[in-house]
Amino acid sequence: MFFSQTQIVLTGTLLLGIVAGMVGTFAVLRRRALAGDVVAHSALPGLCLAFLAFQSRSIIVLLSGALLSGLLGAVTVSLLKRFTRLRDDAVQGIVLSVFYGGGIALTRSIQNTHRNDPGADLESFIIGQAATMLKGDVLQIAAVAAVTATIVVMLFKELKLLSFDEQFCQVQGWSAMGLDILLMLLTAVTVVVGLPAVGVVLTAALLIIPPAAARFWSDRLSRMMMIACAIGGVSGVTGTLLSARYDGLPTGPLIVLTSTAIFVLSWIFAPHRGLLWRSREVTDLEMYLPWVESGDTVPPASGPHVSAQEVS
Amino acid sequence: MLSTLADTAALLSALVPIPFDALTAQLAEILDLPATEVQNAFWTMAVGALCAVCCSLAGCFLVLRRISLLGDALSHSVLAGTAGVYLVTGRVDPVPMLCGAITAGIATAVLTQFVHKAALVPEDSSIGIVFTSLFAFGVVVVSQAKHVHLDLDCVLFGDLAFAGVNLHPTFGWLVPESFRSLVPTLMITLLLLAVFWKELRLTSFDPTLAVTLGFSATLMHYLLTTVVAIVTVSAMDVVGLLVVALLIVPAAIARLLTDRLSTMLMLSCLIGVSCTTIGYLLALRWDSSAAGLSAVVAGAELLVVIVVSPKNGLLGRLMQTLRLRVRICAEDVLAGLFRRQERSDAPDGLVQASVPECHMLAGGGIMSVAALRWLRSRQLLQQAGPVMSLSETGFRYARSMIRSHRLWEAYLQENFNLPPDHLHDPAEAMEHFIGPGVQQQITEELSQSAEDPHGRAIPDVKRQEVR
Repeated sequence: MFFSQTQIVLTGTLLLGIVAGMVGTFAVLRRRALAGDVVAHSALPGLCLAFLAFQSRSIIVLLSGALLSGLLGAVTVSLLKRFTRLRDDAVQGIVLSVFYGGGIALTRSIQNTHRNDPGADLESFIIGQAATMLKGDVLQIAAVAAVTATIVVMLFKELKLLSFDEQFCQVQGWSAMGLDILLMLLTAVTVVVGLPAVGVVLTAALLIIPPAAARFWSDRLSRMMMIACAIGGVSGVTGTLLSARYDGLPTGPLIVLTSTAIFVLSWIFAPHRGLLWRSREVTDLEMYLPWVESGDTVPPASGPHVSAQEVS
Repeated sequence: MLSTLADTAALLSALVPIPFDALTAQLAEILDLPATEVQNAFWTMAVGALCAVCCSLAGCFLVLRRISLLGDALSHSVLAGTAGVYLVTGRVDPVPMLCGAITAGIATAVLTQFVHKAALVPEDSSIGIVFTSLFAFGVVVVSQAKHVHLDLDCVLFGDLAFAGVNLHPTFGWLVPESFRSLVPTLMITLLLLAVFWKELRLTSFDPTLAVTLGFSATLMHYLLTTVVAIVTVSAMDVVGLLVVALLIVPAAIARLLTDRLSTMLMLSCLIGVSCTTIGYLLALRWDSSAAGLSAVVAGAELLVVIVVSPKNGLLGRLMQTLRLRVRICAEDVLAGLFRRQERSDAPDGLVQASVPECHMLAGGGIMSVAALRWLRSRQLLQQAGPVMSLSETGFRYARSMIRSHRLWEAYLQENFNLPPDHLHDPAEAMEHFIGPGVQQQITEELSQSAEDPHGRAIPDVKRQEVR
């Protein structure tokens, strides 16, 4: 079968958005949203070192290097947290900036030593170039998406438990650390396959924004995850179409901006947690006043739906 | 006001005509290098140092307030500010762009809080949403502005290497262009520190107390955010996104080294300056990015500090543990000899043991060798040929150990009702940590302190020596 370039890119960004939404749901719920950012930034030096070591621009080689150093960054974060008195935020900032600095230094020296070799331009990984996506890249993303989806479906119950009550998960006999490492691996792999398309700086957005938007629409994990995947996919497709329509607009940032727009719309219009609904709910709450004053333990049956504030 | 300032500066430069050219030329002669290269290097390092000092001062407060990632977010959203100004005015003027960038920085801080509080999104997610969106917006605008000088590369990588090339006469001094924004930034930062020192310190360490005392922690937060935005914007020109590294890493290193805010500020400045200087020199050597290598140097310095820091370093903690283990082994030898003394009828302090027996009491292995050395060097043990015996101080030390041990056993039995065979092991661990003060306390609490639960006498330290 033959596909046009736009179709290839569209499939790629669609799958990327879906898999990022799936993995990102857990990251957002577990308050680990910026872990993806750290992995993305720390992937850069590994990518460069892989290029230097193998002198090849084969995407598999580069991404393996990126994955290794991204994981090294994640491990460094936990080690620094364990062995120093530095706080979470400082540790993340340190790992992110030092690895990114190393990556910048390496890309620059690669560029300076391979002046005549256009293939050595690794700087495209920083902002990303979805337009140059090849069929192989898309197959890779598809493989990652399939594996991730299988793992998430198989371990859905355990991951759900981990996301909402880590202690209980451990008490029930599940290895919280093992599940944690698994999620970290899934995040790292997703971030790394997303690098060529969206780049180091913006990959984190794919993990954070769609799940955060989906959170407005549902309090059920399964539904929230499906909505996050849908928002991720729609953002990917819309961003790609926009960048194809208006020549010269970079794809990665457009995908991010689309998902931001969906986030804002969800914030305004979503039932129960949305701005409009909540502004109505405040008046609804007045219904409860007689009940509160009466001192009954059973609330009136015709009360408003459980308010969003309680669930947050 | 401005003109007076300019006049003062001009007067100052006339009064203090620092002959930078002559100085660098001299240095070039000493180093046997081309004069322009030395001059370039000198100014680049000066710009880097200035940048590092501004960032470190502001960064200390970010680290202390646990809002380090705000620095990261600000450095990304600054691009949106410059891009927005370009979109509105259609031109690239330094002053409006600077204002736009600073506004974007403050907007990031406000928006992050807003999304967190109003949309009930967790704080880390809200940071992630705000800065990536703003950055994406910036990149989109910049990609459309290729015909004007709005350099994405500069934002992403910084160009410290060229900071020393463009010299401009400013108020009579011939200095790099970046000085025009960096020097006022430094002044603003120092001014903030000088005016709000007490408030900043209070709100950084105990915001709740600050609020109850009537200082607005929120006001301080936004004031600090504004200054961080200004610092970020002026440093971005030089180091790009890696301004985060200069903001956070030196401050974090200083935090590991000291507990005093003033010391921390000074240390972080020194560390920051060393990072940019070494980073630049390495970049010259390896033909690479100075900003990137500065960040790497900062990371390396952090690693060194984590390992060798005197108080909290891994090496220090390891040494501490080893020292403790040697002391415990040595004390076991003393206590063992004391017990042997009790069992024999030999007069006090005359019980003897062979060297291998002592090793066995210490638990064997390399620790026992260290323990025996420890004992000999403190003259707690005397060696006469193949046998060892307690010295007078050693005997007193050992007696105190045994007293601690048996007091603890008695205490455990009286208060926790443990069976007699469960008393020895906890006492064996605790005896090393019970000093005279605790001994006294336990004695006072016990109904009797003459015998332990096993019926052995608890030696009294106050008793006169027999010998």
